[in-house]
Amino acid sequence: MAKPFTPKIVTANALLEGDVVYLTADDRWTRAMHEAELITDADTARLRLLIAEGQPEEVVGPYLADAKPSPTGPEPVHFREEFRRTGPSNYHHGKQEAL
Amino acid sequence: MYDYTEFDAAFVAERNRQFRAQVERRIDGSLTEDEFKPLRLMNGLYLQLHAYMLRVAIPYGTLNSGQMRQLAYLAERWDKGYGHFTTRQNIQYNWPELRDVPDMLDALAEVGMHAIQTSGNTIRNVTADHFAGAAADEVADPRPVAELLRQWSTDHPEFQFLPRKFKIAVTGSENDRAVIRAHDIGLQIVARDGQLGYRVIVGGGLGRTPMIGKVLNDFVAQEDLLPYVEAVVSVWNQLGRRDNKYKARIKITVHEHGIDEIRQRVEDRYALIRPTFAGIDQQLFEDIKAAFAPPSFKTASTAVFETARKTDPIFRAWSDTNLAAHRAPGYAIVQVSLKAHGATPGDATAEQMRVLADLAEFYGHDELRISHEQNVILPHVHKSDLPSVHAILKKHGLATANIGLISDIIACPGMDYCALATARSIPIAQEIATRFDELRLEHEIGELKIKISGCINACGHHHVGHIGILGLDRAGVENYQITLGGDHTETAALGERTGPGFSADEIIPAIERLIDAYLDHRCGPEETFLQTYRRLGMAPFKTALYDREAAYAAE
Repeated sequence: MAKPFTPKIVTANALLEGDVVYLTADDRWTRAMHEAELITDADTARLRLLIAEGQPEEVVGPYLADAKPSPTGPEPVHFREEFRRTGPSNYHHGKQEAL
Repeated sequence: MYDYTEFDAAFVAERNRQFRAQVERRIDGSLTEDEFKPLRLMNGLYLQLHAYMLRVAIPYGTLNSGQMRQLAYLAERWDKGYGHFTTRQNIQYNWPELRDVPDMLDALAEVGMHAIQTSGNTIRNVTADHFAGAAADEVADPRPVAELLRQWSTDHPEFQFLPRKFKIAVTGSENDRAVIRAHDIGLQIVARDGQLGYRVIVGGGLGRTPMIGKVLNDFVAQEDLLPYVEAVVSVWNQLGRRDNKYKARIKITVHEHGIDEIRQRVEDRYALIRPTFAGIDQQLFEDIKAAFAPPSFKTASTAVFETARKTDPIFRAWSDTNLAAHRAPGYAIVQVSLKAHGATPGDATAEQMRVLADLAEFYGHDELRISHEQNVILPHVHKSDLPSVHAILKKHGLATANIGLISDIIACPGMDYCALATARSIPIAQEIATRFDELRLEHEIGELKIKISGCINACGHHHVGHIGILGLDRAGVENYQITLGGDHTETAALGERTGPGFSADEIIPAIERLIDAYLDHRCGPEETFLQTYRRLGMAPFKTALYDREAAYAAE
């Protein structure tokens, strides 16, 4: 039996600013992970990643990252994605500056 | 110091013009990311976790005050007001935006600096002993040959698509402060029968397969050095494993073929290319050497220094740890710690950079150095000026008296910034420094090198730390492995793994247990951690780390 699919988000870095962005359900790139589209099946995930890869003028290095649902939107599963959506731990820089 | 010739300036300007156009073509869609990436890497531009990162070369770690002020300007104008000095004597800016990078490179060119070959499969920034030209124990200043190598390797047509990156370090002293045995090529200036030449060490490196370099040649004469080094790189360029990134470095080539076969191949290649070096490089070398003529050292009384040592205990503590012996009478080498307890190792604010530039200009013959240990050096300060220098450093958070001690930690950026990292390094360094400062144990512990890497690529040199810490991802949790007994000097050794790793919460108490074991077992305060480890081996430290019941019983 196939392993159950871990929900995914599409994430990348913005071409001009270099910061972390996420693909939304209505095909925008957002800076906020909770606005990202949480993808729950493998076929949609592949398709959404292809759509992201077709936008090299917007983003660099899109990939699928594991995520989990929450009442406020997708949450990271791995600590790397937690750091990406927050910023470094030694200074209050990056996304956390805007919070 | 070496100043750019018209040729250098024109070369960098042309490269910057090309890169500006490449950035424009990337933004307007003419270049794909796959096409653009090798071009940006050639110019030191990475894309990291949260932003782009620009790595600027500080050749052989030497800067003048004007250059340091320009680095401060870049930090304020295009970054978040600080820069990060690295273990390869570079500076990294963590927050530039793509459109701004060409302007940053132009600003660097104004002071004879660039980011060329700070990345990619090329010969990287040539590093050198940070005490070069000042050390009391030096045979000769390693910077002229480092500059010669920089010019030779920059845009060298044969070496732009090497199997992997290639790093060269040079020291002019038997006491190795440049980690030459952990470089692809390490050069040591040696004297033989009144002639200066080079001991050539090859195949050292850290990373996933750490190796201590082996002596390829005990003495290469000055005039033969460039063709000899070219022969080495050339042999590896042909043999190096392009099929497997993890086996591509020259250390693997040397390991697989054996040092004797490599030596023979280098000799053959050398015989072939030696005649093509007609001596222009030696004329150039003479010009470069002249540019590195020592400053005119002054003669003055050092009474003020002696008095300050007697009357000011803070100054005395600082001068005990942060000064090193200078070759000129009355002078000292000042090591400015960028490791204030709890701060990020290697980070300096724009304001601190300007203060350091001012100190260099007024008290230090206009010279600064960046050490691979992520500190700043004022190489030539007369002892009579030290109380003034110390007072100014103190005002700007730069007078931490901890050089060579437990809080003088090397740490790579780790997962706080780096896209390759598997765990964070910086918070571990911050917590260790803070903890041992609270315990007031730092000076009691004495000489100790802790080096932390956030992945197996080992930018934080953990393999050669007396205590090495390697951050890994174990089933989605940060986990830290400890190695003991590493040594980065002329007695280079790789650390040995203690056993299973520790979580982020457990690693600081684990380090504390190690230190307690050392303090319990050492013969006396004069026996360093490394000496105790070499005398007793792993056993008592392993017990301290893993045998909790025994540890409690001993309390």
